[in-house]
Amino acid sequence: MIANFGVVLGEWRSLMTGLVNTIWICALSGLLSLLFAVLVAQLLVSRRRAVRRVTQSGVDVLRAIPFLMLLFLIYYCLPTLGLRLSSWTCGLSALVVYNTAYFAEILRGAWAHLPREQEEAGRAHGYAGLRLYRRIILPQIFIAAGPVLGNQMITLVKNSAFLLVITIPDLTFMANQVQAIHFIPFETMLVAVALYWTICSTIEWGVRRLDRVAVVRGHE
Amino acid sequence: MSEARGSAAPVVEARELGKCFGTLRVLRAVSLRVAAGRTLCVLGPSGSGKSTLLRCLNFLERPDEGAVFLRGERVGFVGLGAGRERPMTDRELARMRTRFGMVFQQFNLWPHLTVLGNLVESPIHVQHRPREQAVAEAEALLDKIGLRDKRDAYPSRLSGGQKQRVAIARALAMKPEVLLFDEPTSSLDPELVGEVLAVMRDLAREGQTMIVVTHEIGFAREAADEILFIDEGAVVETAPPARFFASPSTARARQFLQRYT
Repeated sequence: MIANFGVVLGEWRSLMTGLVNTIWICALSGLLSLLFAVLVAQLLVSRRRAVRRVTQSGVDVLRAIPFLMLLFLIYYCLPTLGLRLSSWTCGLSALVVYNTAYFAEILRGAWAHLPREQEEAGRAHGYAGLRLYRRIILPQIFIAAGPVLGNQMITLVKNSAFLLVITIPDLTFMANQVQAIHFIPFETMLVAVALYWTICSTIEWGVRRLDRVAVVRGHE
Repeated sequence: MSEARGSAAPVVEARELGKCFGTLRVLRAVSLRVAAGRTLCVLGPSGSGKSTLLRCLNFLERPDEGAVFLRGERVGFVGLGAGRERPMTDRELARMRTRFGMVFQQFNLWPHLTVLGNLVESPIHVQHRPREQAVAEAEALLDKIGLRDKRDAYPSRLSGGQKQRVAIARALAMKPEVLLFDEPTSSLDPELVGEVLAVMRDLAREGQTMIVVTHEIGFAREAADEILFIDEGAVVETAPPARFFASPSTARARQFLQRYT
């Protein structure tokens, strides 16, 4: 058994490649999702009813389907419509689209709980439109929603394991390859699990630090 | 900031303001004028429309009828010539609101910013004043309200009285032409009311133009230049404080004063 772990360690290059791929695709898609979510959240509270309705329906549909289904739709169905994307682009797009919906809904929820008076104080001090959103509302809803956004980020990392089905060499894909070559599934997966756990714990740690900020800078 | 006391041209003028919430009429043809350097106190029973009146002045509520003027400029509308006008856009309105400072009953400081951050936020990001200048002026304001040592504290660490003093400084930092106070001491513990009123008294003495909605009869008596008494959304009586408190001319004002003194 110990010897088997030695074999796994001997394949550290493959596992590292997988780990790095997982980290960067998760970080990039997390960042992009958050960026888009900031815009989509605006649409979710738009003064125009039609805009609000359409956006909310889109968000609700995305939140109601399994990530794997979305991945298949993008990877297998888009080409039949004449749109051929690389597996990397497909994976990244699927993660971004899926998590934008979640992040946007989280931000909308936090916004709904922000006291109306905060926005009003902003208006009374000369803020309106995007500047009001960017300077007064957004920082507050980010602080309030920090823990929930963090949890969703952890879900994103775990969902990224599905990317192996479209041949993206992420951590799960590489671990699978290592165990297939050496026939040592238990040891390989254990190492992969430990690596996933490390990523998620790091996010968790970040969330807890953010929590401490929220105590001082948030609403009671 | 200080103006010659009692100069004739009004800083703020409201003509025949009317406002309905659904079928409820909260303001009926309310008019007021405040000259530079003067303090107007708005008194009246709860639910008489005092707060709505104040919020109609800077168009946080859009009045249904009437007009508001800030130094002769129409608030909320842009003249297009030939007597035509259009409503201001959100941006234009926001710009105009920086000329009114507003202090809320619940302080409404921005919790994600430090005390200093709250003070320089609008001067830097809305009025585009240089940062060093905004910071220096904010620090001077903190000295004035006696909270220099709280410069880098977050609002959650302040007492109610301190929060309200910071909120006053935040409004002053925009160098507004008039300060609007919406029951600034009503959500404070009794022992914290004094420190806020002291700051307001100083401002009145320095000739800051102010409109104060309040239940603090004592403050109104000694700091106001004029009392506007409203009930059920309408002006019942306008008088200098000496006359208003000594011999109110209406029965409703007399009743009100009996209950509060």
